Amino acid sequence: MKRIFLGMLGVALGLSVQAQTKSAADGIAEYRKMLEDGNPAELFEAKGEDLWKKKRGPKNASLEQCDLGKGPGVVKGAWVELPRWFADTRRVQDLESRLLTCMETLQGLNAAEIARTPFGKGEQVTMEALAAWISAESRGMKMALPQAHAEEQRMYQLGQRAFFFRGGPMDFACSTCHGEKDKRIRLQDLPDLRSNPGDGIGFAAWPAYRVSSGEMWSMQRRLNDCYRQQRFPYPGYASDVTIALGVYMGVNAKGAASIAPAIKR
Amino acid sequence: MKVNVNANAKKATLIALAGLGAAALVAGCATTADPAGSQALDASFKAMMQASFRDEGIAKVDRLQQDAGQAACSSGAAPAEATAKRIEAESLATVKPPSDGKYLGDWKEGEKLAQSGRGMTWTDKSAASSANGGNCYNCHQLTKAEISFGTIGPSLYNYGKLRGVTDPASPAAKPMIDYTWGKLYNAWAYNACSNMPRFGHKGLLDEKQMQHLMALLLDPKSAVNQ
Repeated sequence: MKRIFLGMLGVALGLSVQAQTKSAADGIAEYRKMLEDGNPAELFEAKGEDLWKKKRGPKNASLEQCDLGKGPGVVKGAWVELPRWFADTRRVQDLESRLLTCMETLQGLNAAEIARTPFGKGEQVTMEALAAWISAESRGMKMALPQAHAEEQRMYQLGQRAFFFRGGPMDFACSTCHGEKDKRIRLQDLPDLRSNPGDGIGFAAWPAYRVSSGEMWSMQRRLNDCYRQQRFPYPGYASDVTIALGVYMGVNAKGAASIAPAIKR
Repeated sequence: MKVNVNANAKKATLIALAGLGAAALVAGCATTADPAGSQALDASFKAMMQASFRDEGIAKVDRLQQDAGQAACSSGAAPAEATAKRIEAESLATVKPPSDGKYLGDWKEGEKLAQSGRGMTWTDKSAASSANGGNCYNCHQLTKAEISFGTIGPSLYNYGKLRGVTDPASPAAKPMIDYTWGKLYNAWAYNACSNMPRFGHKGLLDEKQMQHLMALLLDPKSAVNQ
């Protein structure tokens, strides 16, 4: 399946490689269109919905009473308002860290252990599917992260610092690639994440199905790979720096329509 | 990369400034109207970074210890002119000429390095410079043949030709040779807080590798200059 997708992507991108007038993004858009009736993300969404409703864990409970910010069990519209402040945990949480809380309190699973599990393994596969379904339930809705709580504002400021923080052997920061308009790495267009990059771009495009690896990537995994390429040490899953960056990007993207789960090269 | 027609004169000025200490760099950090609130945020930012990252392979948490330059270049805005001058002077002072006195290697080897984006991630086995590429095409256009190039940096197509380098060994070419070597060695010598990695200063590339990249840019036979 993966090979077929790659082949199709090759066709879609082929023209852009010959004629510079067409960007890689155009090729991806064309490819998305070809897959309109069959985005492989749908398979993950269906699995995620099942996992949300299924009784699991030591407490043999479903996640249907999980509060993603809009009240217990409300999934629609939750994704475009995350990360946000949660009074019960007294923390600003993104989708993944909030799911960890629910899996621990409702199902009795070990959140720390899940956070330590490598991507694509064990309960991390559950996380990918849940993120795919929950984000899909907000498809087409506009990003609307709350900023009323002092902690949400503080996390925005911390995220902004993290975004511009230069370190490591190559002096990179998030802003090295995402701090200017209309830039590319090789042929890959880079969103400028200091402000609203537009509908379905940047924060409004993750989770996404990655054609090149045949995997569903949540925002956590996307950020993890950004830090790998930044030559930074390893950011913990659902760690505060990843949540703060989510607040920074999500608030900046206010009003952008979410296309998650999107499809990426 | 800025075109520098008078590299020698600029170098002399910068060397004169080089005596200023690293502490001065830190003093150049952006200050805000609310110093107490800003300090509290500094502390919680530090704590957040410390708690959020762990070692993985060759990528250890000590990579988060900023040097003075990195700290001064993390505000999201261009540094004040005086700070920029200090950074450039201190950066220029780190540039070491090649130990064998040769500035140009083999441009074909340089092209291979330019193509490679490898090195220094937690999935790379070794942090030795021999395991690293130059990452050049990620950000720069270089040759006509390679159309998969990034645009974070300016186009370097015809780099030597446009700067009139017909014989890299000639005295006329020397200022451009020195400038280009300095730029590869420590890009901040000529452009404080530049996005470009400081390849020599940070030990990302060794002399030989930098000589190959020099040839890619400046050898009249290089594909860059066709």
